[in-house]
Amino acid sequence: MSARTRFNVIGKPRRRVDGRAKVTGQTRFADDIKLPRMLHCKILRSPLPHARIESIDVARAEAHPGVHLVLTGKDFPVTYGMMPVSQDEYPLAPERVRYVGDPVAAVIARDEQTAAQALDLIDVRYQPLKTIATIEEALATPEPRIHDYGERGNIHRNQSYEFGDVEEALAHADHVFEDVFFFEGNTHLPIEQHAAVATVDADGKLTLWSSTQVPHYLHRALSRALQFPAAHIRVIACPNGGGFGGKCDLHNHEIVVSRAALRLGRPVKICLSREEVFYMHRGRHPVLMKMRTGVTRDGRLTGMSVQTLLDGGGYGGYGAASTFYTGVLQPVTYELPRYRFDAARVFTNKPACGPKRGHGTPQPRFGQEVQLDKIAERLGMDPAELRLNIVAKPNSLTANWLRIGSIGLAECIHKVVDASGWKDKHRKLPEGRGIGIACAAYLSGAGVSIYWNKMPHSGVQLLLDRSGQVTVFCGATEIGQGSDDVLAAIVAEVLGIDAFDVRCVTGDTGITPVDLGSYSSRVTVMMGNAAIQAAERVRELIADAAADELDVLPERVVFARGQVFASEDPSKTMSFREAVAFAETKYGTLGSVGSYSPPKAPGRYKGAGVGPSPAYSYTACVVEVDVDPITGWITVPKVWVAHDIGRTINPVLARGQVEGSIYMGLGEALMEEQVFRRLPPKLSNALVHKIPSLLEYKSLTSLDMPEVETILVEDPDPNCPFGAKEVGQGPLLPVMPAVANAVFDAVGVRIDEVPITPDKILAALAKKAKGEVARVGPDRFPDVPYPEPIFVLPPSEGGDGNATKAPHRDEPARHKEAAAS
Amino acid sequence: MDAVRERDATAQENVRLSMRVNGEEVDVLFAPYKTLLEVLREDLDLTGTKHGCELGECGACAVLVDGEPVLSCLALALDCEGREIETVEGLARGPELHPLQAAFADLGAAQCGYCTPGILMTAKALLAAEPAPSRERIKEAISGNLCRCTGYQQIFEAVEEAARQMRDEGGAR
Ligand code: FES
Ligand code: FES
Repeated sequence: MSARTRFNVIGKPRRRVDGRAKVTGQTRFADDIKLPRMLHCKILRSPLPHARIESIDVARAEAHPGVHLVLTGKDFPVTYGMMPVSQDEYPLAPERVRYVGDPVAAVIARDEQTAAQALDLIDVRYQPLKTIATIEEALATPEPRIHDYGERGNIHRNQSYEFGDVEEALAHADHVFEDVFFFEGNTHLPIEQHAAVATVDADGKLTLWSSTQVPHYLHRALSRALQFPAAHIRVIACPNGGGFGGKCDLHNHEIVVSRAALRLGRPVKICLSREEVFYMHRGRHPVLMKMRTGVTRDGRLTGMSVQTLLDGGGYGGYGAASTFYTGVLQPVTYELPRYRFDAARVFTNKPACGPKRGHGTPQPRFGQEVQLDKIAERLGMDPAELRLNIVAKPNSLTANWLRIGSIGLAECIHKVVDASGWKDKHRKLPEGRGIGIACAAYLSGAGVSIYWNKMPHSGVQLLLDRSGQVTVFCGATEIGQGSDDVLAAIVAEVLGIDAFDVRCVTGDTGITPVDLGSYSSRVTVMMGNAAIQAAERVRELIADAAADELDVLPERVVFARGQVFASEDPSKTMSFREAVAFAETKYGTLGSVGSYSPPKAPGRYKGAGVGPSPAYSYTACVVEVDVDPITGWITVPKVWVAHDIGRTINPVLARGQVEGSIYMGLGEALMEEQVFRRLPPKLSNALVHKIPSLLEYKSLTSLDMPEVETILVEDPDPNCPFGAKEVGQGPLLPVMPAVANAVFDAVGVRIDEVPITPDKILAALAKKAKGEVARVGPDRFPDVPYPEPIFVLPPSEGGDGNATKAPHRDEPARHKEAAAS
Repeated sequence: MDAVRERDATAQENVRLSMRVNGEEVDVLFAPYKTLLEVLREDLDLTGTKHGCELGECGACAVLVDGEPVLSCLALALDCEGREIETVEGLARGPELHPLQAAFADLGAAQCGYCTPGILMTAKALLAAEPAPSRERIKEAISGNLCRCTGYQQIFEAVEEAARQMRDEGGAR
């Protein structure tokens, strides 16, 4: 399929199939749903970051006029959680709260106003517990434990992997660079606040509409948390008003309104306030990192050791996966013969972190790409050249056993270097002006499902009839990225019709085949492959029936532009509708299914399931900055980005994904931070979100957004539908380090943490003026009790993908030169 | 308890007023504390207008009141007696999209589409006042509308394209 190069739909700029709905206000988001007899829900949340609940008295709230139901933790005896290893949440906390915002009770009333009033009538008595606010406090405070599971104390996850003898690789390097970086947490900030509506249908079954990216996982979780048969639950994912990972986790309010609807037999709706959305979070983990990298004098990597430490917040969520993702993707971009990563995640009394665009990988990507800039500087090499020389090889296995297919990174680097005029600018611009480069790689879908099973990751079903209409059913979820458009385009391409002639029914666990959801950039590849299979199967039937009528062999039947005709003699033709009617006559009711499961991952060690993907996308990015040495203010006049997308399905949407990623990356680089502060003891000592409003949580506005020059590079990957890889997340990754590297080019200071704010620039410039190391960033990396690594021999050293005994080591090898870069 | 009773606005009587919404005279009965946003979405079922904060910070709720862009989450519906309100539902002429709508749909200016109604209305007011705005003016005009998806560039292009279309067709609509 991917060998095809001529297309009628794929690659053509088109109005997306759901475009009209979006511009007329007809897209029905979750909060737009209104049902007869609908009630409204509000949730009471903990004002304390860590406490035991001694008692909850809801009597006054229950008696309040207009209140129909009050729920507490007693109504939810069963836990839930996204990962099988972290089933640690209750929809309403029964006895313990772990962050300011943890839900403790819910009121269902005739309207929001009444429900909110009744919340004030609930009396909760708390016994405060010691608050653990930071990574350091979590490490230093094993008791009280925020959860009674996890590695030990308040360490939730702790793991080490070593692929080849990294100390030996560093010992044989010409230089060893050691750096510590910090990446502050930030949040998704979808403009749509989360909403959900639950109702009991006429047949007694439950339906939940929600702004979720993962209706299938939510379906499973609801069944568990409510102890209600999954076959009697239907989850409908409404189109999301932006997700970015923020609607990927299971949300307590989704379970609360479902329980309430089942109790009351009436529809119940909730819409979170903006402040609640900030507290719901599940966004970017704050990560402290240490990177030690061995390089040869000509700039090749000999080995790398990455240590990460994640501030997880109060619950597990996706954290187990996030922890892995801070380690697994480093070797996918550049040739790296040996690799080690140690990663730990701690619990703190803050909203739980989770997946945000790039899930766990932007943080170490920042460190790696800034460190490469330092390496180039030290070696006197051009940072673009250095990267070009070490780009990973196509069709290869990385040290940690990930299979790379197509890789268009070298072309991406060439493109941004040319477009930006890099050679005339780097180290040549006047003081205050600078240019920086960085690259990245990302998954096109996680190779393994969240819970262990051998079933397809995506299923697609087609229904056709004599009218010529084509309806495609798939569990995939439209979150703005254009999932429906990709689905329609792929089916249309195979059947030779227009994308607008395909009706999409998606994201509905009651009537669509399972698709795991809109996360890990998996939709185009997985749904797309399933759609091709389904469409090809039904095309075969249609071709066969049409061949009878056209009097040619079925292999000679062509589908294009709404016609079905003989390849050698286009005068032998009929409309698509006629052909479908002939097929229905010959074969009976027409339909087909397709499914997709990712290829088996080559690694066989425990933990090898995180990181494999059917294909990896690649991005190179150049950012130009202006730094005002008086104010420290950074402006970005222009960004150049080239992304290896494999094949573009709809260039309008692909460009939008790239530019949206650049926008979000610049926000993370320059201003966005989800930070907390303690209120003074006389107030409550609570650990609260510093800035839970859209005004105070700074993000780029239309005035701040620079011009972006987007270049799509197409290196089709054979595992992908028509060769198409992901585009929604990868382009964000290089932005933050490219900004940091441009700042160095502009004013000669290193900001080894994000966001890169004016105060940090000024602090670094002050150090520079005093002749000190012109750097702002973390000074040290704490002692983390990482476990003995699981040792795996890299493919290039004859490994078989299994863990083996580590080679004997006497003493940690001495570094030739520990360059404090 | 007293504080609660005081705030128990639902006990207050509903009010009735009339305004023109998308060219139609409407009579609406609603709780007096409601914002224009709430009355549009909840009492008139015009859910095309969105909300992202209800605090005047995101621009998702922008509508036109007597031709001027207004954040409907900050406007009391009570103050809209006799006013002319325009929402996204009123943009198209029958089946025919407004040039702004067509350009937004064609050029990728609506990704998730959640900020879109607010931006469309804001842009409509801009083009009514300035048929040929510069890129800078467009940026300024929509600087109060946050879009988290697009990175704004395709929005700028769509507004420019619509402005061109409308000039060719001979004026605002
Ligand atoms: S809802 Fe955000 S400004 Fe009105
Ligand atoms: S298109 Fe999603 S917020 Fe603008």
